[in-house]
Amino acid sequence: MIRVALPTHLRTLAQVQGEVKLNVEGRATQRSVLDALEAKYPMLRGTIRDHVTQKRRPFLRFFACEQDLSHELPDAPLPDEVASGSEPYLVVGAVAGG
Amino acid sequence: MSGVRVLVGTRKGAFVLTSDGKRERWDVSGPHFGGWEIYHVKGSSVDPNRLYASQSSAWFGQMIQRSNDAGKTWEPVGNKFVYDGVPGTHQWYDGTPHPWEFKRVWHLEPSLSDPDTVYAGVEDAALFCSTDGGQTWEELSGLRGHGSGARWQPGAGGMGLHTIVLDPSNPERIFIAISAAGVFRSDDGGKTWRPMNRGLRSEHIPDPNAEVGHCVHRIAMHASRPSVLFMQKHWDVMRSDDAGESWQEVSGNLPTDFGFPIDVHAHEPETIYVVPIKSDAEHYPPDGKLRVYRSRTGGNEWEPLTKGLPQSDCYVNVLRDAMAVDTLDSCGVYFGTTGGQVYASADAGDNWSPIVRDLPAVLSVEVQTLP
Repeated sequence: MIRVALPTHLRTLAQVQGEVKLNVEGRATQRSVLDALEAKYPMLRGTIRDHVTQKRRPFLRFFACEQDLSHELPDAPLPDEVASGSEPYLVVGAVAGG
Repeated sequence: MSGVRVLVGTRKGAFVLTSDGKRERWDVSGPHFGGWEIYHVKGSSVDPNRLYASQSSAWFGQMIQRSNDAGKTWEPVGNKFVYDGVPGTHQWYDGTPHPWEFKRVWHLEPSLSDPDTVYAGVEDAALFCSTDGGQTWEELSGLRGHGSGARWQPGAGGMGLHTIVLDPSNPERIFIAISAAGVFRSDDGGKTWRPMNRGLRSEHIPDPNAEVGHCVHRIAMHASRPSVLFMQKHWDVMRSDDAGESWQEVSGNLPTDFGFPIDVHAHEPETIYVVPIKSDAEHYPPDGKLRVYRSRTGGNEWEPLTKGLPQSDCYVNVLRDAMAVDTLDSCGVYFGTTGGQVYASADAGDNWSPIVRDLPAVLSVEVQTLP
C-alpha cells in the first residue's frame, strides 16, 4: 500500500480527506504511482501531469523521505520506505501566489 | 414568480446570486471551488439547470465543472484541451514566433439548441467544442488554421479567445473575438472562418487598418437583430450593421472610449451599455467615478448612469465578461468589478445597488432569467 499526500485543492477535487492509499502493481515508481492515482481519481488527470507530455506541471514538486524527487526520472524506483508504505509520497504545490 | 440567477466568476471561486423578479433581496451561494480562478460560469438557455464553469489554477491547470441542478452540486468533466495537429506559432509580445500553448478556458458558450453542446474559448486563442456535456473537447481548428494565426499576438492579459456569439437565427453562424487578433465569423458551424475587422483602426499596431491584430475586448448582439453587432475595442466603441463585414465608430460623447464590456438591453436593440475606463495604462474609471454609459441610439449619443454607483475615489475595473442583462420586463443590468462588488439595476440602468460588496475580484457575470 502506497501513501500519497496531495495538496488541499487536489484533495477537494478528488473528494478525499487525508492521505490517499493506493495499490500499485509491480515496482513503485513515480509514473506507476501517479498512473494508479489517476486511475482511481480520474478527475486528477491533467492536474499533476500534462495530459499529453505526462510531464510534471511546473508549479508542483514531488518529495519523499526528505528528498526532492521532482527531477528524477519517472521510471526510477521510489525509496523503499515509500514502496512499503512507511513514508508518504508527497505532491506539493509551490509556495507562491495570492 | 419569475426570478433571476446571477452567475459570478471570481479570482477565488464562483458565486451564485439569486432573487425574485423584484431583484431587491438576494441569496448568495458560494464560494464554489474556493481558491480557484473561475473565469466564466454560464447556463444553458435550453436547460437552465445545466451550468458550465471554467475553473483554473496556475498550479493545477484547467478543470471544467458541470452542474445539472443550477449550481447546487457540481461534477468535474473533461479537461483535456489538445490543439488539433501541430499547433505552430503565433507572435509573441516582441513580434517573434511563439508556440501555441494551452493555458486556460476564458469563456464557455452553451449551444442555443442542445444542453450537451458547449463551446470553449481558450488561451492561447482557439475554439473548442464538446457535444457530450463537456466530457470531451475537440478543437474547431479551421479558426486557428485559416491563415492569419501566425500574426496573432497576445494582449496584455494573454492571447485569449474571450467572446463567442451564436446567431439565434442561423445555427451555422458563429462570431468569436480574440485579443489581439480581432473578430472572426464562421458561416458553416465553425469549420471555416473569415476575419471581420474592416473599419477597425488601432493606432498601437504597425498597420492601424490591418486585417488582423486588433485588440477587440468584447462584442455583443441583440437576439432579434443578429446582423447588428456592437464592439468595445481596446480603444473605440464600434458597431456593425452587416454582421461584421464592416464597422463604424460610435464612441460619440463618451468621456473615454477605452473599456472592456459592452452589452445590449434585452428589449431595446438600440440601447447599449459600456463602462468607460480612463486608459489602457490605468485601468480605472476617469475621475474616480464609476459610471455606466447608456446609449439609446445604438451609439454616438451617450448618457452617464450614476445613481447608486460610487462617484468619488473609485478605482476598480470592470472586465470584459463581467456585464450581463436579464430579460425581465424591466430589463435588469448587472456588472462586477475587480474590487469585488456586483452591482445590479432593475430599471435598465437608471438606479444601481450592490448585491454584494466584498467578493474576490470579479472576472465574469452572467444572468439567467427564470420562469
